[in-house]
Order: sequence, then C-alpha cells, then structure tokens
Amino acid sequence: MNAEQAQPAPEAEPTPEARPVLEVRGVRKVFGGVVALDDVGITLYPGRVHCLAGENGCGKSTLIKIISGVEKPEAGEILLDGEPLSHLSPTQALRAGIQVIYQDFSLFPNLTVAENIVLPAAIAARRTLYSAKNRRPEAQRIVEELGLTLDLDSDVERLSVADRQLTAICRALVQDARVIFMDEPTTALTHSEVERLFALVRRLQQRGVALVFVSHKLDEVLQVSQDITVLRSGRLVANGPADEFDVASLTHAMTGRAVDDSRVVVEVDEEAEPLLRVEHLDLPGAFTDVSFDLQPGEILGLTGLLGSGRGEIADALFGLLTPQSGTVTVGGRAVRPGSIRASVDAGIGYVPEDRLTQGLFLDKSISDNIIAGSLSEHAVGKVLLSRKRTAETISRLFSRLRIKAPSVEAPVRSLSGGNAQRVVLAKWLATKPRVLILNGPTVGVDVGSKEEILQILREAANDGMGVIMISDDVPELVSLCNRVLVVRRGEIVSRLAGDEIAAPRIQEVMAA
Amino acid sequence: MSATDTRIRLPRIGRMSNELVLASIILVLVIVMCAVNPAFFSVHTLFSILRSALVPMVFALAVLFVIISGGIDVSFAAIGIFAAYTTVSLAQGGGLDFGLIGILAFAIVIGGALGFVNGIVIARFRLPTLIVTLATQGIFKGVLLAYIGSKYIAELPDGISWLSTANLISIESTRAYLPMLIVPVVLLVIGAAFVLRRTMFGRGIYAMGGDLEGARRAGFPVVRLQVMLYVLVGAVAAIGGLIHVVLGRSANPQDLVGTELDVIAAVVLGGASIFGGRGTVTGTVLGVLLVQIINNSLILMGVPTAWQRAAVGFLLVIGVGIQAVMARRASRRTFVLDTVKE
Repeated sequence: MNAEQAQPAPEAEPTPEARPVLEVRGVRKVFGGVVALDDVGITLYPGRVHCLAGENGCGKSTLIKIISGVEKPEAGEILLDGEPLSHLSPTQALRAGIQVIYQDFSLFPNLTVAENIVLPAAIAARRTLYSAKNRRPEAQRIVEELGLTLDLDSDVERLSVADRQLTAICRALVQDARVIFMDEPTTALTHSEVERLFALVRRLQQRGVALVFVSHKLDEVLQVSQDITVLRSGRLVANGPADEFDVASLTHAMTGRAVDDSRVVVEVDEEAEPLLRVEHLDLPGAFTDVSFDLQPGEILGLTGLLGSGRGEIADALFGLLTPQSGTVTVGGRAVRPGSIRASVDAGIGYVPEDRLTQGLFLDKSISDNIIAGSLSEHAVGKVLLSRKRTAETISRLFSRLRIKAPSVEAPVRSLSGGNAQRVVLAKWLATKPRVLILNGPTVGVDVGSKEEILQILREAANDGMGVIMISDDVPELVSLCNRVLVVRRGEIVSRLAGDEIAAPRIQEVMAA
Repeated sequence: MSATDTRIRLPRIGRMSNELVLASIILVLVIVMCAVNPAFFSVHTLFSILRSALVPMVFALAVLFVIISGGIDVSFAAIGIFAAYTTVSLAQGGGLDFGLIGILAFAIVIGGALGFVNGIVIARFRLPTLIVTLATQGIFKGVLLAYIGSKYIAELPDGISWLSTANLISIESTRAYLPMLIVPVVLLVIGAAFVLRRTMFGRGIYAMGGDLEGARRAGFPVVRLQVMLYVLVGAVAAIGGLIHVVLGRSANPQDLVGTELDVIAAVVLGGASIFGGRGTVTGTVLGVLLVQIINNSLILMGVPTAWQRAAVGFLLVIGVGIQAVMARRASRRTFVLDTVKE
C-alpha cells in the first residue's frame, strides 16, 4: 500500500515478546462536572507510529496532557515498560522520555538552532553553567544522525516552519525521547516538506521511537501510521492496526455518522455581469498575470500546493499585499490596490489563514467579535451603536452558524477550532460582503464542523454572494466549487469547470 | 521565475553589526566634537566621560537583564538610592560602620530585598513589569523619605569616604583623574557578560524573553528565574546607588530617581530589544558611552541642560523606532514558494 512496507523492522506486527513502551489504561478525567475522558486507553510500541484521531474536543489534547504529566487523571494507570508511574509530573514525564511537540513547537525564536536543541536537556541535567561551544557537538551529532541539513548557528526565527519542526524533533531526541507526540505536524508544511517529514519518521521508527500523530488529514494518517486509536466525546470508539481502516471508516468512527462529501453545486448564470473581475494581477516573486471573473452566487476554488502563491493572490485581492500591476474591479468599479479599507468599502470580505491570530479578538466575547467588522452598519447616526440592531445580527448569526457555546458572551478563546472559525465567518457575514474570500477555512477543523462550514458557504452563495475558497483540501473543493483555478509557481495553470472538477484531475494538475 | 530560490530578500541592516554601527556613531561624534572644539580631545575629557558613565553603566547592566527577559524596570534608581542612603544613614547616624565590605553587603541585602518585592509581585501574579515597577518606584521613594530620612548627608562614613578621592590613574598636569571605582564597574560588566552567556540562569533569561510559554514547557523554573532576576537587579542597583553616593561624596535621598531615561535609552540604543530576547553587554556598554558622550558634548557646546534630556529622549525614540521598523519588516510576509519539484 505504501513505501514503508518495504522496511522490515518497524512494520512487523507486535510479537508477543515485543513489549509496549507506554501503556495507558482506563483513564478518566472530569473537568468541572464534564467528563472529558472516560475509560480511555492507548498502547504504544517502540518503532511504530500510532495515530490518535478524533474531532475537536473529543479529548485528544486532554489525553496528551495526562500522559505528559500536565493534568492528573481521576482514575486509570500509566505504565512505562510495564511499570506503573504514579503521580506523573511534567518533569517525570520528560525524564521517562515522553516528549510532546506542540503545534507551535515552543522554540525560542531569538536563540540559535543548536541552543534550542540542547537547552532543555541541559535544564533536565540541572546544570548551572552553560557553554555554547561545548554543547554544539551534541546538537550536531543528532542532526547528522538523522541526516538533516539544518544550519545550527542560524536563529530559529529565520527558519521555515518545516525546519523549525525538524529542530523541535532534534530537541526531543537529544533528551532521549522514547515516545514523541506530534500535534498536527503536517498542517503548515508544503507537499515536499511532508514527504521529508515522513522519511524522517521512518528513521525515527528504526531507532525504536514510538510516535503518536495527532492529525486531521486522514489520508496522511493512513499513509504513515501502523496503529490507530479514535476518540469521540471522550470515549474510545475504535482502535486497531491502520490497514483495517480507510478514509470512510475512519470518518465514520470520528463523527459517528457517514459524512456526505458528494458534489452539491448550484448552477450560476454565466451571462450575468461578473461581480468581481481580476485582470493581469502581477507581483514579482509571488504571482504572475492572474486574471479571472467571479459571478454572483458562484463559489470559486483557488487551489495549489502550499507555497504555490495561492495565499499571496488572496492577500493581494484584499489589499494586504500591493500588486505591482493589474486591476481588481467589484461590480464594475475599480478597487484601489493595496488598501484594505478600499477593499472593505468595495464589499470584499476576507477570512484569513491563521484564524486565531489574524481574525479574532481572543479575549473578547463572541458577540463583540461578530460585530467587530460591521460597526458602521449597526450605527445610529455617526457615533452610537444601535443595541437592538446589533443584538439582532448577533443572535441571527449565532444560531444560523450553529456556534456551540454556552452563550454569546463566552470569550472566543474558550471555543474549539471549528467554532472559532464559525465566529470569524459570522464576523464577515455581518458586514454583508459581496465577495467573501476564505483562506483555508477548514484547516484544523474536524470533519463534522467542516461539513457544516461548507453548508454555510453554500447558503451564503445562494443569497447572491460571490465566494472565493482557497484550499488544498481536494474533496472539499469538489464538493463545493462551481469552478476551480489551479495555481502553480504563481501562475494559474489550469481552469476546471463542471465535470472536470474531480479529485484525481485536480491533484494531477496541482502537483504536475 | 527560477525554481531554485524565489524568496524575496529584505535588506538586513542592524543586528549583525549593531555594535559596529554604535562604535562608528561614537567615532563620528568624537571626530565632529574635536573639529568643533579642539579642547574636547583630551585625556581630561575621556576621564570625565568615563567618570560620569560609571553609575549609568551599573544601572544599565541591571536594566539589560530585565529587558532581555521581556520586561522593563523603572524602579532601579529608586532601589539604588534607597539602599545607598539607608546604608549610609545607618552607618553614620547609627554608628554601624563595618567598613567597606560591611557597607557594601548591607546595601546589597537591602537592594536584593526590594528587588524581591518586585520579583514576587511580577512572577506570582504575572503582572506587567512596567506597571509593577512604576508602582514600587513610588512606594520605595515614599518609604525612604517618610521613614528613613529626607535630609542630605554631607559626610560619608569612614569605611567608604576614602574611596571618593581614590584614583586609579591621576595625571596632575592636566588635572585628569580616573576614579578607583572604575575597577568594580569593569568587574560587574565582565560578570554580567559571563552570567548572560555562560550560565543556565542567563540562558533562561534569554529563553523567557524569546517565548515565556516555551521556556515553561522546556522545563525552566520560570517563576524562580524571574524572582532571582529581580533580586539580582535590586542588588546591582544597590551597588550603583552606592557608587553614586561615593562619587558625589554625599547622600541625598532626592537623587537618582528621574535619571531612568538616560539608562533605559542607553540599553535600547545598545541593541537590546524592547520586545525581549535580545541584547548584549557590549552593546549596552557602547550605548551608555554614547549617551554620556552626547550629554558631555552638549555641555561643552553650551547647550542648556533642559535640551540634554530632550536629546536623550529623541535618541530613545529613534532607537525604539528602528527596532519597530525592523520587527515589522521581519514579520512582513516573505513569499516562500515551494522550491523542491518533481
């Protein structure tokens, strides 16, 4: 099925004498009366990749926190090499070789790669003195053992996301990691970087490290892991060898229902006056000669691999980047390039890629966030806000988007990824944009929420809005888009419509 | 478009050569001053600049540590004068003169204790450092004036008074004197550089300034490090206060508070990032010298004192402005197109 099956050792079924390195049994955790985990267990073997799957809020993070000693379970036991570990603290977990690589990697941007790799080990060894020169070989050794090319003396802030991740992995290994948890390791990587990561994962397996992947990208999960555990609402719903699962059965286990990803597209009037017209947009180093039209009610997919320039095109349409030449017109009127204000005035809305940092005020309530972008629409006169009108908009969008929260006054920080993304959507829908651009709206969102977000977009398009969807999630494009433009190295290399929009075709053009 | 490297490179000014830039500015300034006023070029001027730089240098080391850790401290001057004045007044009026070592130790203990107050409040309650130290600055100064004493002490205890006139180098012909107190200041500079570069405590301070949550996750005892940091800052500030008192041959409880601007400006001009995580002792030393040279040259040029503060204020805004522009450049999107193909 895949390449690593040629490798002998890591793929072998756990023989009776292969002992698990870490075993978690019957863990139960309650947060303020809500059961986060109930009788959950997971068994990790050296040299095997274990995928921990489940929708947002299913208890994955809680389980990782318990295993890394951050949270204490109410019941259950954790065994390392068959020996029970009682009262596990974060330091104990680190000493036992349990490492968690968080999504943000937790590196120090101001320090060099070498220092980032060796510092935590030096802390664990309770050193008082530190010598960059004497410590460097340690970092160098691990980098060479893994066959990586990392500039040890470069500051981490100058590295690409992929290299930061490699630094984090090296850091874990220097501390003699036996179990490494990786939270969403592929989300921010380009296609070729994912390949390199998986090659490294195979080398880690040969070293006898047990790896746990937490990921939403199901096809990747199936490609790289040997064992799978699925959690749903804090319970274990499925576990077993990876070859007993496929994308459909995994989705079903995660959501508890069959998710329909078939193509649901409403035809648009091709003859209508285009809502948005982009002509010969050009920004050297990012994209070249980008031209397309968008009809009212149309959902246009803009796709390409990470690093193809698709995100830069979106940024330019919203005025975040200033194109060198070319024009953007909305409803026949030109939009001043490079001005966010002009784009908003013209009726363009933008849901950014990094929803948590760019689109939301995390400590403010859901209601404040929803109306944050549309204050003038809710104003009485020039300065005062109409409490009645804002309340109407908030409650309408809150229920229409089915945001799961105790109340509209809950802070956005307390929401799961899928719900936070819905708040961003609500914020833009409140401005009643004519064109809504979404950059990776379902990245990091679980299968069930994703389906609902797509439905919201269909409804918005039905009301006559033009939607541009930037995504590399092919099934989602197929399910949603009237047309799909494929970007490669900054150029639109293919325009697909109607029956041409099918998963194999899109993938082929993207990677060609 | 080439497939090998499509990253747009931004011009890099600054960090790699921050110290070099500062040194060149100092050099240019000195040359200009010499051209304007030949009297500037003398050992006398050099020694008097060094003398005026001693106290700001000690304070700057303390501030450097705080700024690297991602904070800012405005209470160091209050701590310095509190510790020095209390020590002197006890030694003089209370008859507790235990000689140089005793007085130094006593001042350090007081400074450390006041720093501990800062550290505990900041670390335990995770409060913004500026607000906390602004508040404690007021408290320390108020307590000093209300409970310890508000009158000027014109005579120093014997244990330290001899230091006021002790010189390392004295050239009688040109009346140029280099005070003995430059020795402890140089030792402090070397010590600070060692702590920052070669101890886990120093690396922890950089780590906290880079990513506080990351430092916590990497296993640094963040609360303990922060408390230790502010205790150290208090202790160093106390030494600074004592040096000020000795150089001035008197202890005035109204001194020092109000001179924070010169010190903070020097550290920021020296390349320490107000966002935390960056800063070197070399840069700070050069920054302090630059500010002192500017103050000194303005006096020589006959510029009123009021303008000196404005000049330092301008410098600080320029220094911070450069950092902000560079930070924005760095965070601005660079287009990273996927380079590996097929």
